[in-house]
Amino acid sequence: MEKAIKRYFPIFLLPTLMAFAIGFIVPFIMGVWLSFCEFTTVTDATFVGLNNYIKAFQDPMFVHAFWYTALFAVVSLVVINVIAFAIALALTQKLRGTNLFRTVFFMPNLIGGIVLGYIWQLIFNGLLAPMATALNLNEWYGFWGLIILVAWQQIGYMMIIYIAGLQSIPGDVMEAAAIDGANGPKRLFRVTIPMMMPSITICTFLSLVNGFKLFDQNLSLTAGEPSKLSELLALNIFNTFYGRVGWEGVGQAKAVLFFILVVAIGMVQLRITRSKEVQQ
Amino acid sequence: MLRKKRLGMAGTGLFTFISIFYILPIVIVLFNSFKKKSYINLEPFKLPNETTMTGLDNYATAINQYDFLEAVGWTVFITIGSVLVILICTSMCAWYITRVKNRLTKGIYILCIFSMVVPFQMVMFTLSLVTDRLGLGTPWGLIIIYLGFGAGLAVFMFSGFVKAIPIEIEEAAMIDGCSPIRTFFSVVLPIMKPTYISVGILETMWIWNDFLLPYLTLDIKKYKTISIVIQYMKGSYGRVDMGAIMAALIMAVIPVVVFYLACQKHIIKGVAAGAVKG
Repeated sequence: MEKAIKRYFPIFLLPTLMAFAIGFIVPFIMGVWLSFCEFTTVTDATFVGLNNYIKAFQDPMFVHAFWYTALFAVVSLVVINVIAFAIALALTQKLRGTNLFRTVFFMPNLIGGIVLGYIWQLIFNGLLAPMATALNLNEWYGFWGLIILVAWQQIGYMMIIYIAGLQSIPGDVMEAAAIDGANGPKRLFRVTIPMMMPSITICTFLSLVNGFKLFDQNLSLTAGEPSKLSELLALNIFNTFYGRVGWEGVGQAKAVLFFILVVAIGMVQLRITRSKEVQQ
Repeated sequence: MLRKKRLGMAGTGLFTFISIFYILPIVIVLFNSFKKKSYINLEPFKLPNETTMTGLDNYATAINQYDFLEAVGWTVFITIGSVLVILICTSMCAWYITRVKNRLTKGIYILCIFSMVVPFQMVMFTLSLVTDRLGLGTPWGLIIIYLGFGAGLAVFMFSGFVKAIPIEIEEAAMIDGCSPIRTFFSVVLPIMKPTYISVGILETMWIWNDFLLPYLTLDIKKYKTISIVIQYMKGSYGRVDMGAIMAALIMAVIPVVVFYLACQKHIIKGVAAGAVKG
């Protein structure tokens, strides 16, 4: 059978493969190469070694954006997962109207980042106006604004995953724990959470990586104001490419560093939570 | 027993309150979209009254001055076109690389997983150069780009499903004289229907809302998507028309809400499936 299928390579494989080459493989390889070059278009690229990387590390705004993003990713991870887990626990009890509540909590997740940013910009500026200030005047307003925004967007998504996880815990395990005399908090920390580690792995992984990669919401909510202090890494890279002539190579070097960072963080995080998973 | 019931009532009450609070931001934008533009920043939390009310004028401005409906049209075209192409091409690719085992197919599979973790910023600049060079900066060209960039997740999810299909079914079809193409379309494709729905929903959510990829690759003087128009309204120089923006935000949210309410079950299933695989 394998032989028969093999001959159909051009029909089954070729379209995806060609698009994949255009949309991913070629740009990726070019990207790695250009991070070692100085250029404005590809044709005038000259090899400059590690110069771009050195310039990237010397850019104080890039370093600032790194710490700002790291803090943002960690805070958003905690906020999103704690609230989503709590809501999932509450909505798997026998409450009336749980389906309606799930529908409401999940909805913001479908709205695009640009739209979300402008919705919340109106709300935050409305709240800050009586205090004679605004979102774009303080980097920490932008920070907490963005935390509230992504929490509002992603809690519903994580809640769905947690609910699926909670529903797959066998009832007899909980019953056995109750009979053995475990009280509410004990059952939560000694039974439910260990049994939920696979879901927790997925959700913390997703929210951490989402936090590091966030772009649209950052662009629309504050656009980096005041004076680039609320720039996350992705927006900093974008502005390096398109805001400063002659800095394209540095932008590409930053992008490579960003890529390595995201992969490394994802892998470390998976390893830590995976090791805490228990056999069911 | 009574205590438990009371607790349940309190819980329902609490969640009703939270739910109302949760949709409040959208409701606030909704009633601001009916206000005159100069009043929106002054008193965003007040309902429109006789002096501030302007009816549907903001919607008219968004549609007439900013060609909002045209953007909706292009967004629909790009989303539906890309999702259909992705579903057909990547499911065929996934079936091929799962059934034919050699170095090439294994390499493709690994590259697909690899592409899922690469952030878009890594390739955005070079991707825009490539699309420019190949003349793909049109909605039609964008479909090819989305196929290429979205292939990773889709191939990965389809492969996972193909592995679970017993190969005997396909062998039986081939022995009965079906060509691989016919086997795929009349045997494999119907079995994979749930995966088509999950992948379709994940890709729809991504492409509909995507901003940066179309912004960098499309010829935005001619073609704009919804996200691009909204960003353009806010970011363009000169006076920002808050009224038109409010109207545009509402018009951007409505299709999403309708789509959500219509296929809620599939969306939630798709998300759960995508998360477990991802």
